[in-house]
Amino acid sequence: MSKGRYGIHGGQYIPETLMNAVLELEEAYETYKNDPEFQRELTELLNEYAGRPSRLYYAKRMTEDLGGAKIYLKREDLNHTGAHKINNVLGQALLARRMGKTRLIAETGAGQHGVATATAAAMFGMECEVFIGKEDTERQALNVYRMRLLGAKVHPVSTGTGTLKDAVSETMREWTRRVEDTHYVLGSCMGPHPFPMIVRDFQAVISKEIKAQLLEKEGKLPDAVLACVGGGSNAIGTFYHFIEDATVRLIGCEAAGRGVNTAETAATIATGRLGIFHGMKSYFCQDAYGQIAPVYSISAGLDYPGIGPEHADLYDRGRAEYVAITDEEAVSAFEYLSRLEGIIPAIESAHAVAYARKLAPQMRRDQIIVITLSGRGDKDCAAIARYRGEDLYE
Amino acid sequence: MSNMAKAFVNGKAFIPFITCGDPSLAVTEQLVYAMEEAGADLIELGIPFSDPTAEGPVIQEANVRALSGGVTTDRIFAMVEKIRKHTQIPMAFMTYANVVFSYGTERFIQTASELGMDALILPDVPYEEKEEFDIPCRQHGIDLISLIAPTSHDRIRTIARDAAGFVYCVSSMGVTGSRREIKTNIQEMVNLVKKEKEIPCAVGFGISTPDQAAQMAAQSDGVIVGSAIVKLCAVHGAGAVPYVKEYVRQMKNAIR
Repeated sequence: MSKGRYGIHGGQYIPETLMNAVLELEEAYETYKNDPEFQRELTELLNEYAGRPSRLYYAKRMTEDLGGAKIYLKREDLNHTGAHKINNVLGQALLARRMGKTRLIAETGAGQHGVATATAAAMFGMECEVFIGKEDTERQALNVYRMRLLGAKVHPVSTGTGTLKDAVSETMREWTRRVEDTHYVLGSCMGPHPFPMIVRDFQAVISKEIKAQLLEKEGKLPDAVLACVGGGSNAIGTFYHFIEDATVRLIGCEAAGRGVNTAETAATIATGRLGIFHGMKSYFCQDAYGQIAPVYSISAGLDYPGIGPEHADLYDRGRAEYVAITDEEAVSAFEYLSRLEGIIPAIESAHAVAYARKLAPQMRRDQIIVITLSGRGDKDCAAIARYRGEDLYE
Repeated sequence: MSNMAKAFVNGKAFIPFITCGDPSLAVTEQLVYAMEEAGADLIELGIPFSDPTAEGPVIQEANVRALSGGVTTDRIFAMVEKIRKHTQIPMAFMTYANVVFSYGTERFIQTASELGMDALILPDVPYEEKEEFDIPCRQHGIDLISLIAPTSHDRIRTIARDAAGFVYCVSSMGVTGSRREIKTNIQEMVNLVKKEKEIPCAVGFGISTPDQAAQMAAQSDGVIVGSAIVKLCAVHGAGAVPYVKEYVRQMKNAIR
């Protein structure tokens, strides 16, 4: 039986050309994850370079406005490069360097993972190439420029829908072309084993900190933790240390796009079914013949037809809940948090904020919700303005 | 002798690949007959997939053309049923795991077997994941083809031991598509396989010219060509049949 299973999900469905590379990666990771020197170096980078631990901020005005549960924001948006992606990238880049790799390649949707990878490559003096859907180079023009500024070569991908899934496919193709000196820094808790495990472990710092910070502030566990889900890396990081705490509700917020009853959606749990794609068995949006659906969301980072295998299993087991948030609800939450708390969230993270607006009023005042703000929203301002009918560049 | 084994009795095997439904299933059917007449020993029928991660641009585009023309797995099965009334040439499906899985793995393999298909090639199913496909394949008498790559090294023995039909030797790193030269030591890969098991080895990925084919065939039991043929289909569309036929004839002659 294959490795890396989460219930029936996961596995290693990749071309033979890549098998030795993932086996080598797994072996290196098993070696270094318990190596005190590796861990010391990673912790120092996370703290001194990325600015961890990130803050757990009590959103007083939002709490008062919603009139229910107390709301805390886990401020991953305050990390260096502006999102949670750096947590995983620093870990993988360090691993790649120990493995003797000199070149990093990555896919990116919203551009945050690409920026984080370009950043780590610059800092470690490594070569870097990032693949991004052509559609997303327009939605995330600012991040494309940031990647170039950081010294990365950016490849717009025009195959398929020109979005995140196509960027993943193209990065996989590039990896099969040149694997000897190259590490594929996968950005989400997806793909073939060991990636879902590695990414989860590097992102688990989020829930580890939430737990400690909330115990210090409130002396108890949260009642619910919320995070947006595309592939699901910030969500698995937010959930991980609470999986064993049965009283904590784990809620992933998917992108419904124009609605789960339309074809223009990216809500995998709501509309997908079991399949095999991008190296893993999991849930995917697909047609009756297994052709992957051209999904849609206003958020480039959630515009993905699948979900990481550990999420699929948490869903099967009923341990985590997944809800779908429309473009309109997310944009409205983007504006809401900006005005009420002076925090502009990434449009991805705004999906989690949107669900908190529905959930908090149904909860008691002595209950606590933690929302992970996976990233900051500067990158989205032009696109949201356009959504509201205003062209910033006119 | 199994129908599959017949592919390797006529000297070195020439194995052309075409994408079903590019430009139409009617043309695909005609291509099968024409390629057989021109000397093809085994035909790989590609079932298009929306996101073929092992393919280069040429076959990716063929998949897009076929799918936008409305090709489905069921329509391809119907075409195979028709083809099998006219020829018993060995045929393999080549597609991606999700196409088989979403149809119902057991149901897909049983149907393919009943229609007279001989083998199944899934480039995104490595040795570690083959069991769920291989068990129904063996049950229904279909060979699940194993692939080995230039990076396989010490995996080759394990893979060869369990291989059925033939071993697909991936000649180069990267995705499908023509290459100016092939640097991999094919002979060494083939020797490693043969040390473990007496099974035919066919080389694919990157081969497009008669010279390359001759060179690869000299080190193995056969040659697989996809992108070069699919390119002819892209250029000539519905008129591709005579061009493909002539190309297959030249390639088979080069390896005879």
